[in-house]
Amino acid sequence: MATVEEATPSGPSLAQRIWHSDNLAGWLFVLPAVFLVALFSIFPIIWGFILSLQKASLLSPIRPFVGIDNYTKIASDPHAITAARNAVVYTFLFVPSSIAIAMFLAIALNQKIRLIRFYRLAVFIPVAVSTIATGVMFLWVFDATFGIANWALGQVGLGPFGWFNSPQGALPSLVIMTVWGWLGFDTIIYLAALQGVPHELVEAAAVDGATRWSTFRNVTLPLLGPATLLLVVWSTISAVQLFDEVYFVTKGGPLEHTSVPVFYIFKLAFTSSFGFSAAGYAAALAYVLFLVILGLTLAQFWLGKRVVHYSS
Amino acid sequence: MSAIDVSTLPGEIGMVEPPRRRWLPFSPWHLVLMPIALVMLVPLLWVVMTSFETLAQTQHFPPILWPGSFQWQNYPNALHSVPFGRWFWNTTVVTTVVVLSNLVLCALAAYGFARIKFFGKGVAYFFLLATLMVPIQVVLIPTFLIVKQMHLLNTLGALIVPNLANVFGIFMLTQFFRTLPIELEEAARIDGASRLKILFVIVLPLSLPALATLAVIQFLWTWNDFLWPLVTIYKENAFTLQLGLMSFQGSHANDTNLLMAGNVMSMLPVLLLFIAAQRYFVRGIATQGLKG
Repeated sequence: MATVEEATPSGPSLAQRIWHSDNLAGWLFVLPAVFLVALFSIFPIIWGFILSLQKASLLSPIRPFVGIDNYTKIASDPHAITAARNAVVYTFLFVPSSIAIAMFLAIALNQKIRLIRFYRLAVFIPVAVSTIATGVMFLWVFDATFGIANWALGQVGLGPFGWFNSPQGALPSLVIMTVWGWLGFDTIIYLAALQGVPHELVEAAAVDGATRWSTFRNVTLPLLGPATLLLVVWSTISAVQLFDEVYFVTKGGPLEHTSVPVFYIFKLAFTSSFGFSAAGYAAALAYVLFLVILGLTLAQFWLGKRVVHYSS
Repeated sequence: MSAIDVSTLPGEIGMVEPPRRRWLPFSPWHLVLMPIALVMLVPLLWVVMTSFETLAQTQHFPPILWPGSFQWQNYPNALHSVPFGRWFWNTTVVTTVVVLSNLVLCALAAYGFARIKFFGKGVAYFFLLATLMVPIQVVLIPTFLIVKQMHLLNTLGALIVPNLANVFGIFMLTQFFRTLPIELEEAARIDGASRLKILFVIVLPLSLPALATLAVIQFLWTWNDFLWPLVTIYKENAFTLQLGLMSFQGSHANDTNLLMAGNVMSMLPVLLLFIAAQRYFVRGIATQGLKG
């Protein structure tokens, strides 16, 4: 009856085997991080969805369920529609301009010329400047009375502009400010991609008598496809989620001309503007925004796959 | 794309320029790059210049680009008008703890995911990566409620605890560990070294560039974070620099010279680190890009 145990008299005990098994070791290594991510990301994702089905306030623990009411009222909420429209305008201005400038800059910064380290530093440096510091800076640069922007443009006969104070100019001013802040990031991604363009291809094109433009158009540009797709997706995601600059610089104004979705969500849940009572509705808006971002990302990758050629 | 050695980015590897006739004594690219560099730098330089001006000089049109006599006392004046020192200290504490904890916890988790076979690994890794897709505003309200429940609001704990381990770090280090040769680790296993010892004695010393990259990116995120501190901290003595800068702008909007001195002081630590560790920042950003 005890033959099995007798067969392995010096074998490890059950406790020892568990201790030495890979299952326990693996989980011990990943557990601290997995626990934290579960508590502060995965659990909130689920709870956020539950909140979106409730009438919730951050000040009260009583949160009655209201079904999908929070979702159905979004379509008839004029503030939500304004925020969505502003986000669309901002995204269409920000994404193409920042990416086009970054591509051009990366090509320029990839040249072997003197001062190139200085030029690179000048373009990269905004990456290290916080959104609030950028906001303080551009409120001053774009100051309607004493700002350097109106003075410089005045030298060439333009302006003066109202910038952040003008209903038509506020959103484009935010675009200029955020392009300044993001250009370094985009340029670094493009530079990394350019370093991957094989020299032989460019040289071969030159030997074959291709002009610089046609070399760029037919050799370099297709090879920048994957980086471009990545930046389009990435910039769209961050453009749709614009918050810091709006909250700090324009407060959504003048009127609601720069109100954007995350700003509106923040106001609903965390400020007295709506009596602190709209956290459930804010959670619903956040979920809808998440689905929109997910949809946009998938659509861009799907479109991108048809246009972009990946070299293996 | 992952085959590119982005660490060489700040170096001088460029497209080969075909020999051609010069119509200028210098490369025509300077004609483009010099104005662009100016446009990028002028806002920063003007902030620095303004921080050395008198109040009267800041309210002058056309703007004064060079203050003549430098008002150094703007800096101590800014420091004394609001608790900048306190905010600087708060931000330093939060950033230091978050960076160190991410290095340790992400390295542990990444080693588990990269090197150990265990039950549920695939599912756990999938769920971790899936959270990268979810934008912050979705988790903002529930996480706020959790932190409130833990009585961490208005403490530095609110900024530290939810950020002790982030998924990007786990993902980046897992990918990196998988590229390391496994033979050394197997030999050490046979010699009876524990996994923990292997991680700290063999793997981590080989991973210093990846750890440095993670550290600078995490530093940048934490130091410059705004939305989460805005939601969880509303008492002045627990402010971070970003919140402090915002409140300084609110209370001293017309003292432009002091405001710009405060702005320079808030930016300086990160700018200095950026210039000193540019290659790691650049690599970190290129890695972030490669994550998609």
